[in-house]
Amino acid sequence: MTIISEIVANYNQWITIFLMVSGLYIVVARGNMVKKLVGLSLFQTSVYLLYTSPGKILGGTPPILDPDFTVYSNPLPHVLILTAIVVGVATLALGLALVVRINEEYGTIEEDEIFPEKDGE
Amino acid sequence: MKLDLILRITAKLMLPFMLMFAFYVQFHADYGPGGGFQAGIIAAAMVILYGIIFGLPAAQKVVPARLAEFMVPLGVVIFAGVGAIAMLMGGEFLNYSVLLSDSVRGQLIGILLVEIGVLVTVSGTMIAIFYTFAGRGRG
Amino acid sequence: MVLLTLMAAVTVGVVRQRNLFGVVILGGIYSFMMASVLMVLDAVDVAMTEASVGAGISTVLMLSVLYLTKSRESVPHHTPLLPLVVSVITAGVLVYGTLDLPPFGAADNPVHLNTAPRYLEKSIEETGVPNVVTSVLSSYRGYDTLGETTVVFTAGIGVLLLLRGRRRKRKARPARPERGSAK
Repeated sequence: MTIISEIVANYNQWITIFLMVSGLYIVVARGNMVKKLVGLSLFQTSVYLLYTSPGKILGGTPPILDPDFTVYSNPLPHVLILTAIVVGVATLALGLALVVRINEEYGTIEEDEIFPEKDGE
Repeated sequence: MKLDLILRITAKLMLPFMLMFAFYVQFHADYGPGGGFQAGIIAAAMVILYGIIFGLPAAQKVVPARLAEFMVPLGVVIFAGVGAIAMLMGGEFLNYSVLLSDSVRGQLIGILLVEIGVLVTVSGTMIAIFYTFAGRGRG
Repeated sequence: MVLLTLMAAVTVGVVRQRNLFGVVILGGIYSFMMASVLMVLDAVDVAMTEASVGAGISTVLMLSVLYLTKSRESVPHHTPLLPLVVSVITAGVLVYGTLDLPPFGAADNPVHLNTAPRYLEKSIEETGVPNVVTSVLSSYRGYDTLGETTVVFTAGIGVLLLLRGRRRKRKARPARPERGSAK
């Protein structure tokens, strides 16, 4: 019984960790740069979940003030994550621009194909 | 092509509503979810949709690339300018309470201006990035 | 909870799929699900941003890059054993860390006792804005947002600088391009 309640209580966090770790795995294991960027954004979105889930109060409403409600979820994580999302897409665009330039320079976006070329110099 | 026709007409029908929605999100941010970021992204998405369906030159006729690039620094200037004006009027940097004699109204005005600054930068950046990616041939 | 499980399933799909087009589309689905989860967690503003940014703009940018490059991922030469071990160890440490966290959704968690009540109480009085996220974003934490706008500006400038220059013909020069001759 306690195990089940433990699982339910921590389910959010565990899924967050799973997403985070799979993002990490993609970034480390895969050589394709677009795939790496997808992994990076997976990691990033898992952080959104990490921040917003402690901000939730059970039975609370979104933090838009109204006389009818008294319990609001915490607005501070929302603000931080809002900033993080937009910064995230900006950095993603920068990364993609780098990928395009690399593709023009080397004709490939696979790490394995770029580095041997350098070694053979 | 038939599919093309459906896409074009649907897009034409949707575009004004997308723009309306962007402005609704922008100016209704005080009372509902939304704000400069979201509105900027939605407005940029409208231009991008137009560009995808009708081609890049058509989109660039609506929003010239020069304008989009001009919007990128303009938003930052608006934002920092509001902060600087607040400082000139005797408050701290970005303290909007001093903008008007009534501090609450000053805050409202300050928030509105700042959100406009964010809108301008975000939408300008997204459109400019889309133009640069789309304007490049296959490598 | 169902949504979270679905999200995990989509993530597995993203990890295993080698067709990058499929990966990008799965990423869009993932973003929409993330937005729904955020909605359930009361973060309406964040959900809206995630739906428009993650599912909209990111997908478009990714697709345009795939058009410029190629949409097939090659099989990696080395075994994925080491990254797998690293990931599993990281996950183990993090899960161990969650066991000490305060319970989910309780109103007296330390997170809710610090500055948030101040924002919730004073927002109407001080700024006249009922949406606390907006007032905190642009008034109380104006510096953060200014810095964030600057980051977007910088990223935009960076992309323009990287991709604006006239495209050079790759075929017209020897296989190994000289760095110094760039531009």
